Amino acid sequence: MKGSPVNPDRIYASQTSAWFGQIIQCSDDGGKTWNPPGTKPEDLMTPDGMAKGESNMFVYDASPETGKPLTTHQWYDGTQHPWEFKRVWHLEPSLHDPDHVYAGVEDAALFQSKDGGKSWHELAGLRGSDTGPKWQPGAGGMCLHTILLDPNNPERISIAISAAGAFRTDDGGKTWKPINRGLHSQYIPDPNAEVGHCVHRIAMHPSRPNTLFMQKHWDVMRSDDAGDSWHEVSGNLPSDFGFPIDVHAHEPETIYVVPIKSDSEHYPPSGRLRVYRSRTGGNDWEALTKGLPQRNCYVNVLRDAMSVDSLDPCGVYFGTTGGQVYASVDAGDKWKPIVRDLPAVLSVEAQTLP
Amino acid sequence: MIRVILPPNLRTLAHVDGEVGLELNGTLTQRSLLDAVEAKYPMLRGTMRDHVTQVRRPMVRFLRAAKICLMNRPMRRCLTRLRMGQNHS
Repeated sequence: MKGSPVNPDRIYASQTSAWFGQIIQCSDDGGKTWNPPGTKPEDLMTPDGMAKGESNMFVYDASPETGKPLTTHQWYDGTQHPWEFKRVWHLEPSLHDPDHVYAGVEDAALFQSKDGGKSWHELAGLRGSDTGPKWQPGAGGMCLHTILLDPNNPERISIAISAAGAFRTDDGGKTWKPINRGLHSQYIPDPNAEVGHCVHRIAMHPSRPNTLFMQKHWDVMRSDDAGDSWHEVSGNLPSDFGFPIDVHAHEPETIYVVPIKSDSEHYPPSGRLRVYRSRTGGNDWEALTKGLPQRNCYVNVLRDAMSVDSLDPCGVYFGTTGGQVYASVDAGDKWKPIVRDLPAVLSVEAQTLP
Repeated sequence: MIRVILPPNLRTLAHVDGEVGLELNGTLTQRSLLDAVEAKYPMLRGTMRDHVTQVRRPMVRFLRAAKICLMNRPMRRCLTRLRMGQNHS
């Protein structure tokens, strides 16, 4: 779920179930009411106004004109496997137009809509890039979960895929290149491979679009050249496995992660829910515990379930798989649960309203 | 007329309450029934079967007189009421 930076009343959400597949929902009143784009009640009043279910149609582009007819990727056992659309993992509204929105999907591909989510078209250059056949799903599937739009350069978009890695376009999505130099993943055949790294999340401060912070499967990483090279900043974290990572709204060197014990044990080390904050852009981390459960806590925090507002001091929010949403109004010093007993929280979006 | 009860999720999407009435000519199959539902409520395209392959989503079931109908073969008996959705039986 994510709101438009241009119009905070416009919110996009992805609703996915095994029963009825993918459905995109959109709100134009800040979340009071929702409709699949193109199926507002007024659209149904005229005989020709019926929506055609386009808003839930994500069809891979295999045309030679717009991409390459790429039909397979690498499966878990190393064989080639057909691309199959499964779900939308992340929606990223444009920085300039509320009707323009990007969608990262599983099996990994990038789509965009320029009509408010009614119809979707793949930016096929990403999937058709040279490394596409080598991409392989991770434990959570092969999902495109991170989309970063450069506020200074509308032609530059960075994305991340589990378990292919990070990629960047500098020409508006026509061509892409892997940006994984410096990543080291012990569990893949070539630990320094060009692709194959299980990136969990990338965050960026809008004032410094060349500085990227990454939570990888293991390792917290940093790049100061828009992803061209990375170095590890895990420092004194109790575990450098985790999912979300975010940046303080006003301090570009202040970042947040939530360490999880391991890839097979998705809960905080020692059952203590701790957000870790670095005020130095990594390496030196402090545990933030006030107001968070410090014993017998076995929840996870998923990659899209952390967000910051733009107030001063900065508010930080995160949701857990146990259905709590915690908020801090003082940049993480103290926390309070603002809602509990929800289903597992998949996404947290903070908006600062005028 | 075929009377179809859509599950709540699809009723919400289709902006309908209660049963849906469909007029079908020719041989009645699950495929022709789905075609008719989608023709009348095109916003449901993609929810019961995949947009491209037209394969029905594996967890979508047809329930008729408490029996589950899974095949795309003709329904030889005259159906008057059919419930479609999650199988909770």
